[in-house]
Amino acid sequence: MAFQFWKRKRQDPATQVEQETPGEFSDAIDASSEITAESPKETAAEIHALPELEKVELPKRSAKKGIRSLFSKIKFDPENLDELEDTLIQSDFGVDASSAIVADVKARAKKYGAKTDKDLKEILAAVLEENLENSNKALNLSDGKTPYVLLVVGVNGVGKTTTIGKLSNWLVQGGFKVVIGAADTFRAAAVDQVATWAERAGATLVRPKQEGQDPAAVAFETVDEAIKQDADIVIIDTAGRLQNKADLMNELDKIRRVIEKQAQISEVLLVLDATTGQNGLAQAKAFAEVAKVTGVVLTKLDGTAKGGIVYSIQRELGIPVKLVGVGEGIDDFAFFDAKEFANGLVN
Amino acid sequence: MFGNLSDRLIETFKNLRSKGKLSPADIDATLREIRRALLEADVALDVVKNFTTAVRDRALGDEVSKALNPAQQVVQIVNEELVKILGGEQRKLAFAKTSPTVIMLAGLQGSGKTTLAGKLAKWLKDQGQTPILVAADLQRPNAVNQLQVVGERIDVPVFAPEPGNGVGNPVTVAKDAIKHAKQKMFSVVIVDTAGRLGIDEELMTQAKDIRKATDPDEVLFVIDSMIGQDAVNVAKAFDDGVGITGVVLTKLDGDARGGAALSVASVTGKPILFASNGEAMDAFEPFYPDRMASRILDMGDVLTLIEQTQKNFDETEARAMAEKLAKETFTLEDFLDQMQQLRKMGSLKSMLAMMPGAGQMRQQLENFDEKEIDRTEAIIRSMTPAERRQPKILNGSRRSRIANGSGMTVTDVNSLVNRFEQAAKMMKTVAKGGVPQMPGMPGMPAMGGGFGGGRPGKSAKAKDKKGSKSGNPAKRAAEEAARALGQNPSETSSGSGSAFGLG
Repeated sequence: MAFQFWKRKRQDPATQVEQETPGEFSDAIDASSEITAESPKETAAEIHALPELEKVELPKRSAKKGIRSLFSKIKFDPENLDELEDTLIQSDFGVDASSAIVADVKARAKKYGAKTDKDLKEILAAVLEENLENSNKALNLSDGKTPYVLLVVGVNGVGKTTTIGKLSNWLVQGGFKVVIGAADTFRAAAVDQVATWAERAGATLVRPKQEGQDPAAVAFETVDEAIKQDADIVIIDTAGRLQNKADLMNELDKIRRVIEKQAQISEVLLVLDATTGQNGLAQAKAFAEVAKVTGVVLTKLDGTAKGGIVYSIQRELGIPVKLVGVGEGIDDFAFFDAKEFANGLVN
Repeated sequence: MFGNLSDRLIETFKNLRSKGKLSPADIDATLREIRRALLEADVALDVVKNFTTAVRDRALGDEVSKALNPAQQVVQIVNEELVKILGGEQRKLAFAKTSPTVIMLAGLQGSGKTTLAGKLAKWLKDQGQTPILVAADLQRPNAVNQLQVVGERIDVPVFAPEPGNGVGNPVTVAKDAIKHAKQKMFSVVIVDTAGRLGIDEELMTQAKDIRKATDPDEVLFVIDSMIGQDAVNVAKAFDDGVGITGVVLTKLDGDARGGAALSVASVTGKPILFASNGEAMDAFEPFYPDRMASRILDMGDVLTLIEQTQKNFDETEARAMAEKLAKETFTLEDFLDQMQQLRKMGSLKSMLAMMPGAGQMRQQLENFDEKEIDRTEAIIRSMTPAERRQPKILNGSRRSRIANGSGMTVTDVNSLVNRFEQAAKMMKTVAKGGVPQMPGMPGMPAMGGGFGGGRPGKSAKAKDKKGSKSGNPAKRAAEEAARALGQNPSETSSGSGSAFGLG
């Protein structure tokens, strides 16, 4: 997958050197794959309009190790797809989505006269891929309006801080200058945890001035600092909150508003644990309403859980999965690829 | 989501009232709904299959066919079976004969072990124990730190010889902790371990080693109540890998139905000892199987509700109402009657609180002002009978008289009349086109926008789900009428809000 990312050209020679290196990664970029973030024409136009932009290439990452096949044990029979439905349900796709998928597979199998196990698997992979595909799956880091602000939200324990660590490491490697705001001022030692990650990743950290400071204030100071430092990217870590807690959700709204005083918010990423069941949809709905989520980060895919709930989230709310976390290592992180995901599940 | 289980079951049972007896086909239809509800609550598929088989066997037996109301009997059976699995082996925390008691916590990443360690320590401390926390999660960045902060907050010492962040051996730490606890006479040792995946053999072996080294009296498996179908795999992996003695369910203050509890309990056969339900250090309590059963089914106190509704909603009056509707002569007088019927059922707030799924509406409930009903009543009562029958004759001076008489403003009167006219119009359509099969709680709908400005979209949706689903078509028609009256809360123009009184 090749996405186009741009940052403003800086005069600082030190950063310049860093940016000159992406050559070694260029082999990894699949030139033939389509550019989904924006049409090439638009991007080209933007380069001319904003000549100070320069291209950023992120090191290639793969999610392959995280995806385990669902259906290795199943024998497909077009007449009886109950077992398929069961397997989908067991992967947290949910009752409705599972029966819809099965109906779709049945209809297509009939249409194309598919009989063999292989044919049916191909059809299933196609159905999954089509429904998980979204034209907006790249990170919005291309319009040049820096700093790009990424707000990271989610319920408790889904892996927000780890995600931020991996993500900032990746972005720093790609040549972006990253500032992280430790706006989780609630949980014990959360600031220290994100500080450790920031250090590993080589990003700047903005800490709360005192314990329990208003997270919105931290977010504001972070953006302020990023603008002063002429950074490319701001990532705001927020405290985990359950979506049914109105006051905590309002706090998120406030964080949003405060950030928008100084910069546009490029992405609001909802971090979702792959083990989450049907409540994941409720989470996505609530966070989408309050925080205007633009994409999902599916974490902990390296376990036995499949994260089937993202299927319903994409279908019902149109929120794409943008990134996946597939392990505890700092590099165990990748863009979500619907095709890879679908094929991985099926084969 | 298409309403909660109780709604759907009542829908399924609607036709049964006349028959009075459940056929195997009826029961299968019921079981399909139960299966669906359990799956939506994230109960593992295999567990659901076994469960529905068990319910089916019982439902076909004598206790149902002889019951006065077979439909409710089935609900009862489902509930009982759930409680049986969830609480079959209920027991208290096991303490060692000679101190210290060792409690080891294990679970996936992010399930809430460290927070729980703190809560458990505080709970034990409040009971007169002298607990010590052991930082054996040396994996996650700053987990040691976090435990230290937690310990400080609850004033419980933390044994943390290693800095963590990948440095140190958790097995050694755990072993040393026991020695330390014996020397310093701590009565309970709580060992916080790193989160790990069930399929990560290396880390599972490590967990087993910690267990061997500490010989714990309890190995508590900590699991997030939001987990989906994978709960069975995870629980199994931990039970096989480390060997668990009990389960703790966390994040129950969320709105997940927590079907995982059922999966874990039935797969491992281990009791659920505690439920953790909030961010505060004392948001922690023993596990109540019956509450969890209702939660998984999203039942609310539906049985009581059914009884109350049937007792108080007068069948004959309802029938008369339906006839009125058909003749298109629904007046403000009728509306007043409806409201009084509603009143007989007691405080609306407490009624609503009994509704299944009311948890999600709690906020709207808080905003709902029962006084609104009084005010609407006052306005209608200030009208002459002729005015009530023919709101059309209400001119300016009549309206001002009514406003004065009821202690309200002319704007309030206007908005009530406007809403009524709109509703009457709608009702004409309804009456002409027959009654649509929309469920409606008697009177419920009349509350319309009564839930205040909050989130109109949401409350409207919530309302659609609720309903008595009366088996009596005439009654349903009446309910429909009331519903129609209360609609379009968003059209309220006056500042004081109470459009149609209730609305």
